[in-house]
Amino acid sequence: MKIEVLGTGCAKCKTLYENVKKAVEESGKTAEIIKVEEIQKIMGYGVMSTPALVVDGVVKFSGKCASVAEIKEVL
Amino acid sequence: MLKQTADYITFDLLGLTPGTRLGEALDFFIYDTTKIFLLLTTIIFVVAIIRTSFPPEKTKRLLSHKREYVGNVLAALLGIVTPFCSCSAVPLFIGFVESGVPLGVTFSFLISSPMVNEVALIMLWGLFGWKIALIYIGSGLLVAIIAGIIIGKLKMEKYVQDYVWKMQVGNTEIVKQTFRQKLEYAREYTYELLKKIWPYVIVGVGLGAFIHGFVPQDFLARWAGRDNPFAVPIAVALGVPLYSNAAGVIPIVHALMEKGMAIGTVLAFMMAVTALSLPEAIILKNVLKNRLLAVFFGIVAIAITLVGYLFNAIL
Repeated sequence: MKIEVLGTGCAKCKTLYENVKKAVEESGKTAEIIKVEEIQKIMGYGVMSTPALVVDGVVKFSGKCASVAEIKEVL
Repeated sequence: MLKQTADYITFDLLGLTPGTRLGEALDFFIYDTTKIFLLLTTIIFVVAIIRTSFPPEKTKRLLSHKREYVGNVLAALLGIVTPFCSCSAVPLFIGFVESGVPLGVTFSFLISSPMVNEVALIMLWGLFGWKIALIYIGSGLLVAIIAGIIIGKLKMEKYVQDYVWKMQVGNTEIVKQTFRQKLEYAREYTYELLKKIWPYVIVGVGLGAFIHGFVPQDFLARWAGRDNPFAVPIAVALGVPLYSNAAGVIPIVHALMEKGMAIGTVLAFMMAVTALSLPEAIILKNVLKNRLLAVFFGIVAIAITLVGYLFNAIL
């Protein structure tokens, strides 16, 4: 599984990244977590409000810092 | 009832004497902060639920290929309800222009969104009454609409950073939310926003209370009253580089007005602080060339100054 955290580097994006790490750990799944900061790639997903969470190429959340529980639901 | 509680804490529990400067300042501080936080919590929560129906992706679709005028008015209005944080300004700007939202219409949105919002509305309503709150919203929308139309007429598309036009923007499906998810989102949004703005409110009300208790009445009337023609441009020039949200600046301007600053000057200062700021300029520099950035700041500052003069003349 490939998880991408989209964001240009604001505080919320960092929190989301940490939450994703925790969620993956707790769920026991193996996943590759990537931080995407290039605006080209972010726009490529059509995301207009950051931070956003992309799982296997599908946007799951945008414009919100999802909680660990919420992330586990979409893994 | 809040007033009684504030009086009780200040004069009975703490034993301060009514009429003294410290007593009056503290009484004012306790009363204002409780009132404002109660109002903020309730209204931010309600607005957050409304906002779940207007994600930026939908706003973009509503505005794309809209004509000028109609587009500018719609963009300014959507600026009120579409959630916007300055850290998302870059993807938002690119998403708008790429999907065919005219440049001037995009600017109407960018101007109205930080300036006209629920926090400004609540704080103005709580401290100044509903009339001033409506006047602020109305004139804020007017500034956003007119400045957007002018920027559109100037045909400045070539002063947008070149890479913006080459960008490939994907399409996202907007995930439909259930009502429970909306409530959950609203709760989180309220909590996040309050967490962000509470220090501004405390500092703002604190400074306001200090001015209220310690600065002599009519102190500002001589310089910032309606007779000084330079008061409005000076207030705008001071407000533009400053960054604060409405929550911090309104308690301060409230106290300034009490000491004799004219209402138009007060509104102009507030708009300058919320609509334009140095950090915003730095963020927008990523998508705008210097010339367009300067035109944007210049036009908005002039529009705000004119609004200030207008309300000094008619109110």
